[in-house]
Amino acid sequence: MSNKIKCALIGPGNIGTDLVYKLKRSPVLDPVWMVGVDPTSEGLRRAREMGIKTTDRGVDGLLPFVAADGVQIAFDATSAYVHAENSRKLTELGVMVIDLTPAAIGPFCVPPVNLLEHLGKREMNVNMVTCGGQATIPIIAAISRVQPVGYGEIVATISSRSAGPGTRKNIDEFTRTTAAAIERVGGARQGKAIIIINPAEPPLIMRDTVHCLTESEPDQAAITASIDAMIEQVRKYVPGYTRVNGPVFDGHRVSVFMEVEGLGDFLPKYSGNLDIMTAAAARTAEMFAEEILSGRMVLKPVPAVAMAA
Amino acid sequence: MTVKAKKILVHDMTLRDGMHPKRHLLTLEQMKAVATGLDAAGVPLIEVTHGDGLGGSSVNYGFPAHSDEEYLSAVIPLMRRARVSALLLPGIGTVDHLKMAKDLGVHTIRVATHCTEADVAEQHITLARKMEMDTVGFLMMAHMASPERLVREARLMEAYGANCIYVTDSAGYMLPDEVMEKVGAVRTALQPETELGFHGHHNLAMGVANSLAAVECGANRIDAAAAGLGAGAGNTPLEVFIAVCIRMGIETGVDLFKIQDVAEDIVVPLMDHPIRIDRDALTLGYAGVYSSFLLFAKRAGKKYGVPAREILIELGRRGMVGGQEDMIEDAAMTMARQRGLLMAA
Repeated sequence: MSNKIKCALIGPGNIGTDLVYKLKRSPVLDPVWMVGVDPTSEGLRRAREMGIKTTDRGVDGLLPFVAADGVQIAFDATSAYVHAENSRKLTELGVMVIDLTPAAIGPFCVPPVNLLEHLGKREMNVNMVTCGGQATIPIIAAISRVQPVGYGEIVATISSRSAGPGTRKNIDEFTRTTAAAIERVGGARQGKAIIIINPAEPPLIMRDTVHCLTESEPDQAAITASIDAMIEQVRKYVPGYTRVNGPVFDGHRVSVFMEVEGLGDFLPKYSGNLDIMTAAAARTAEMFAEEILSGRMVLKPVPAVAMAA
Repeated sequence: MTVKAKKILVHDMTLRDGMHPKRHLLTLEQMKAVATGLDAAGVPLIEVTHGDGLGGSSVNYGFPAHSDEEYLSAVIPLMRRARVSALLLPGIGTVDHLKMAKDLGVHTIRVATHCTEADVAEQHITLARKMEMDTVGFLMMAHMASPERLVREARLMEAYGANCIYVTDSAGYMLPDEVMEKVGAVRTALQPETELGFHGHHNLAMGVANSLAAVECGANRIDAAAAGLGAGAGNTPLEVFIAVCIRMGIETGVDLFKIQDVAEDIVVPLMDHPIRIDRDALTLGYAGVYSSFLLFAKRAGKKYGVPAREILIELGRRGMVGGQEDMIEDAAMTMARQRGLLMAA
């Protein structure tokens, strides 16, 4: 047990609870704290039943125990509005923060594309982009590593049941954040993101379509091989990541039609959108944990930045 | 309810829904010619944007000949009486597009969601109302929700600040009885001062009949397009609807001969193909499929050797909603593979 990195989960909703399942399976991570703000929260009750310490006093309720309980990594699955404050308080104590909100104060992290780079830089806060970003940016990166992509566009379709109130209230955050990450992580010169919510019953499994416009004639064989290799990388942490159709080559257009089925830990299998976020976050934490356990990385408190008056 | 002497507002779709059959390639000159003709004919409200609304420019829906900014900037200064509206689908366009439209002088914003997903429109409707725009909540594919569910979603949009709610028959699937039931239910549920609209497609030739049914049940805004230029078999043909309104004593303020001439002399000549109920457009209405899927299905059908009609039926069976144009090529490929026309992925 002592050979695991202790983790805290901020936000006891569906995402936080699903993460607990994934962390409990991990050989290097150990979920020890769940943080909420509502004493009657179902998620906090579930966490207690799983033997995890809980507080309903927000991150402030966790801070006094960070050192004693050896918490080194925290996952924030709350909202963009409170993330900055949560992150500041935790990183000041030397806790590395993985951000599952759209706040994106740290660099975007899409594990098979740029996790190693973040490891190298010893980042103390990384952002997991969006569900649509996790599902599509690996494909865009797989194309842009073969040849320049002038334009990358994604269409993420999620089932109505898996679209939480946060996503719905801030749907523009999804399109903006995903488009930015298509450019910064995917390597497309210009990015565009579209999200569709579909209410069909039974719920449809998450679908993700990637359309890239390459700047020169696409090298079909090289792009196909690169996409296949990338899909294998994603399948290491999301086994239900599947290419349904494509790549279609049509002039300079390259289109790939993906499906993301979740593992069905706590969340239903159709909500691959939520699963790919929790799986990518857990994957990211594991890589950092391995660095910490091997002694190659030492977490250091991030000094508070002097606030302008 | 009698419709005689009832005043309604007709809202022109030629330059927005009509962008679908034009593959979003209307020129600025064409836009200006149609818009000034509509204005002169007394059409009070004219929608101008990419067919899929602000920000619709994409591989998925088609790149337009000009940006939304360019189209709006070309049309708005020319309008003598008519106001201009813009469509916005949350998930495609954002509040940034909304602010741009407001700055260019757009009077009416229509925030469109699938009929069961009104809560994704909260931030856009709230902002539009705050900016004192005529703010419309547009519930698409209304045939896919029960009257009770439509009422619930309409009330949400009203609560966010929409001063008008639309029941939108995006698939041209509804028959007059269903229109009466749903429009009537929403009318009863909303505040009396909240306006109510209906947007029809002519895939089952019900555009005019459904619009009348909606007026009878309390709708006071009706969407229509000159010569029917719109997705699928087009929208309710504006000039026909105006003639019927005059016969029935419904007041629209639109000049019949002038709008006939706009349809005949300006809009029909710019069509790439006749807007009519061919077998594929009919299938949209019959199977309840989003009307703008039509040309995509025809193209995918041709490319993969699967009849467009069968692709559309499959999309309907899968419960696809507006905006899922990407699933057309996907479905066509899967069907072609099942039929041995395409190698495994």
